[in-house]
Amino acid sequence: MRGLCEELRGRVSDNQTGGSEKARTLHVERGKLLPRDRVERLLDPGTPFLELSPLAAWDLYDGQAPGASIITGVGTIQGRQTVIVANDATVKGGTYFPMTVKKHLRAQEIALENRLPTIYLVDSGGAFLPLQHEVFPDAQHFGRIFYNQANMSALGIPQIAAVMGSCTAGGAYVPAMCDESIIVGNQGTIFLAGPPLVKAATGEEVTAEQLGGGDVHTALSGVADYLAEDDEDAIRIARRIFEHLPPANTPAIQLEAPEDPAYDPEEIYGIIPNDVRKPYDVREVIARLVDGSRFDEFKARYGTTLVTGFARVHGIPVGIVANNGVLFSESALKATHFIELCCQRNTPLLFLQNITGFMVGRQYEAGGIAKDGAKMVMAVANARVPKVTVIIGASNGAGNYGMCGRAYSPRFLYMWPNGRISVMGGEQAASVLTTVKQAQLEKEGKTLGKGELEALQQPILEKYEREGSPYFSTARLWDDGVIDPMDTRAVIGLSLAAALNRPNEDTDFGVFRM
Amino acid sequence: MAKPIKRLLVANRSEIACRIARTAREMGIETVAVYSEADAGAAHTVSADQAVALGGMSPAESYLQIDTVIEAAKSSGADAIHPGYGFLAENAEFARAVSDAGLTFVGPSPEAIRLMGDKIAARDAAEVQGLPLIPSAELRGSEADMAKAAESLGYPVLVKAAAGGGGRGMRVVDHAEALADAVAQAGREAQSAFGDGRIYLEKYLTAPRHIEVQVFGFSDGTVAQLGERDCSTQRRHQKIIEESPSAALDEAIRRAMTTAAVKLTSAIEYAGAGTVEFIVSGDEFYFLEMNTRLQVEHAVTEMVYGVDLVRLQLETAGGVDTPRDTFTPHGHAIECRVYAEDPSNGFLPTGGNVLRVDHPTGPGVRVDSALLDGLEVPVLYDPMLAKVVVWAEDRDQAIERMTAALHDFSIVGLTTNLAFLIDVVGSGAFTSAAITTTSIERDYADWKPSGSYASDAALAAAALVAEFGRVPTTGPSSPAAQATPWQTLGAWRIGDAHPKERG
Repeated sequence: MRGLCEELRGRVSDNQTGGSEKARTLHVERGKLLPRDRVERLLDPGTPFLELSPLAAWDLYDGQAPGASIITGVGTIQGRQTVIVANDATVKGGTYFPMTVKKHLRAQEIALENRLPTIYLVDSGGAFLPLQHEVFPDAQHFGRIFYNQANMSALGIPQIAAVMGSCTAGGAYVPAMCDESIIVGNQGTIFLAGPPLVKAATGEEVTAEQLGGGDVHTALSGVADYLAEDDEDAIRIARRIFEHLPPANTPAIQLEAPEDPAYDPEEIYGIIPNDVRKPYDVREVIARLVDGSRFDEFKARYGTTLVTGFARVHGIPVGIVANNGVLFSESALKATHFIELCCQRNTPLLFLQNITGFMVGRQYEAGGIAKDGAKMVMAVANARVPKVTVIIGASNGAGNYGMCGRAYSPRFLYMWPNGRISVMGGEQAASVLTTVKQAQLEKEGKTLGKGELEALQQPILEKYEREGSPYFSTARLWDDGVIDPMDTRAVIGLSLAAALNRPNEDTDFGVFRM
Repeated sequence: MAKPIKRLLVANRSEIACRIARTAREMGIETVAVYSEADAGAAHTVSADQAVALGGMSPAESYLQIDTVIEAAKSSGADAIHPGYGFLAENAEFARAVSDAGLTFVGPSPEAIRLMGDKIAARDAAEVQGLPLIPSAELRGSEADMAKAAESLGYPVLVKAAAGGGGRGMRVVDHAEALADAVAQAGREAQSAFGDGRIYLEKYLTAPRHIEVQVFGFSDGTVAQLGERDCSTQRRHQKIIEESPSAALDEAIRRAMTTAAVKLTSAIEYAGAGTVEFIVSGDEFYFLEMNTRLQVEHAVTEMVYGVDLVRLQLETAGGVDTPRDTFTPHGHAIECRVYAEDPSNGFLPTGGNVLRVDHPTGPGVRVDSALLDGLEVPVLYDPMLAKVVVWAEDRDQAIERMTAALHDFSIVGLTTNLAFLIDVVGSGAFTSAAITTTSIERDYADWKPSGSYASDAALAAAALVAEFGRVPTTGPSSPAAQATPWQTLGAWRIGDAHPKERG
């Protein structure tokens, strides 16, 4: 596990540099701050920054887009938790790859679900044209960015933009749709069509600054509201704007002072076995995540392959649902009961996923395991309390659903570097395929030779290993980041606290098939 | 009878206590500091080998408690006490009590203290030695008698406390109608400040300069003079700026004054450091009083004569001094007293917390200060915070050096008279040595600082803090203003909580 974490750390820090040395030098020579510096200066000094999916676009696009050329995360500005979206112009001019769009949209989704103000530090060349068909036309593509801004604004979630570079065509709507927009003079530009297009269309010759610079938009067009001297000034103005925002509408919840776990979190490295299938007691992990290692277990003697109970993380009360083996009917029923309790009390839920699936076999199918699983899924899907999921091991099949996988909209979802996510385990897939193939051959009166078995299974195993890896997942925004077990406590605490920017809502469950 | 001092208790506080202890340390003498409750943790307690609490807050409850001070000396094993200036320095009873307790008093004999402490007796002693005196009159009898005495001197007259100094218990009276009130007020002030309400009258001189002579009496009776100090820059009889030599004296009058000072000092068999104060008006000089202690502005003399007066004091008191009757001056020195007061608001004392202090330094720059970052300046004591003393080859250079040093002196957190000092030192009156003891009150009554006196660095720092330093610890977003990890985790970033150091 330690090795995996070292590998993770290396990859994250490599990615965080952004573009090539040449690109970064050019960027700075233009008098701009590097995107990561912009974010750091925007934040209140000495406060956390929860960066989201730093390894987006990992191993995609021939590695051209580290971090998907965009930095997103949650940070504090003037005491207010805020979602920050900052284009990285040092990576391919900050253009939008498909994953860039997805990462931007995910940040907005987090802002919407948790009622967090959003600030966009715009410095982008627009869509990455070679992949425009995966960036422009569909529902969850570029246009959705503005739809989200409009809807968030309608909900009273502040939308602020600082145009620190290029903001062209569709991108021009980022500042135009925001509640308040800042533009850096002689650096930021906003126009629906740039000088080359204008010249081609009407023959008019005009510079970018004349066409859509800071002066034009703050004095003549009103597309922007504040003119900044440089990046630093723009950040200063942005922070001023945040001073005037109304306070967040927070739920009534009793927090306590944070307390470190009594058991050393570093021991988690030793508890998690290298082989994902090897069982261990998940309570050992919980003990190293929660305040004072105090965990009040609910219904401990029933449905023992699922552990439920109450605890606090950084002083925030939380109901924990954690896998401790395969899911049985009893486990699913217990989980459903527990989720109902948490919804009744407005207690946030934390799901620790390590699940290969539900129990198989005639006895269980006849026993109605499918409907018991459905009850759990019904509860999870409808629960209106903040839900945070951490995949600490396997995440396969229906187990993923019941345990609040990505499709069930947890406010935040993270993976550990030892995690694996796929419809079924690689070996299971391989053996299923083998069984099918063997049945086929038997019909033809043949059998599988030894070498053939391996030749059949190996590619499947490799495929599942690759497609199920946390890096494959995080590259595609199937999660909000691969995190070190040692960071997990802080990440859970920050995530839950960010979720507490939205008032409590009552939960209505649908019909539970009994 | 005198024996070398081994452990010295400094019965004082603030910069003078630090300064005396420093010389003691140089000489290998152990030091004992004393402190009131208000001074716990002050600079002078930190640099001493031992510190003994006196209890109490006000001077009367602490530093003026003779028994407590002597008890502190005994319990700490001190064999000598240096009284500094102010407090018990010119209290003959204290000097007597110290020697009665078998301890060495670093100062003159109780008799000399008593004699010179009584202003009327002091004038008599000076008169006997042929020193010119300011016409004065005792105040005795009825109001009518007092009025006649004042008439005989001629108005304006100065009502003065017999037992006091430092401007307390003093009043200028311009006409007869104001006399009775002034006498009553001065008497009350003198009683509370010195415990002795006796007052007398003096002729009030015009365009007077306050010029004093530093004298030193060695253990074999040799008396030397270390030149004069011009202390004319005063306000309400409180000195603000002193310098040596005086630019207002020619050689003849200087010789006359210093000779007279030595004469008086010898005559009263004075031991240790002392100062004979004169008023100079035109070509005439008049004996004012003698201070039987080390003065605040002694550093000016030290810079010009290259001596350590405290060292001479400790050697003389310990009977290991090397008597000499001649000291040679070189160059020019100026001292400015930095006060915790607001010159633009009637010079009212300001208290406060010293957020940060940066003392000036450099060739020919000396700062005697007890200022520390974070010091809480109490309003219970004298508002003097520090002394800036400069030395240079001549007066013009000394003025330049002082101006630069004052600009370099940064005290953030409370209002001081630094900007005012800069204005005075740079004024035409000061540079042309035209300042008299009435100048400041007359010319600076409505003084306002020109622009903001704050170093550029301090202003820049303040701007940065205002802009970025504000971190609401319980921001509007935290539920019911309770702290969440967003407030408690500090500058957390992903990858922070891992067991190994980053390479």
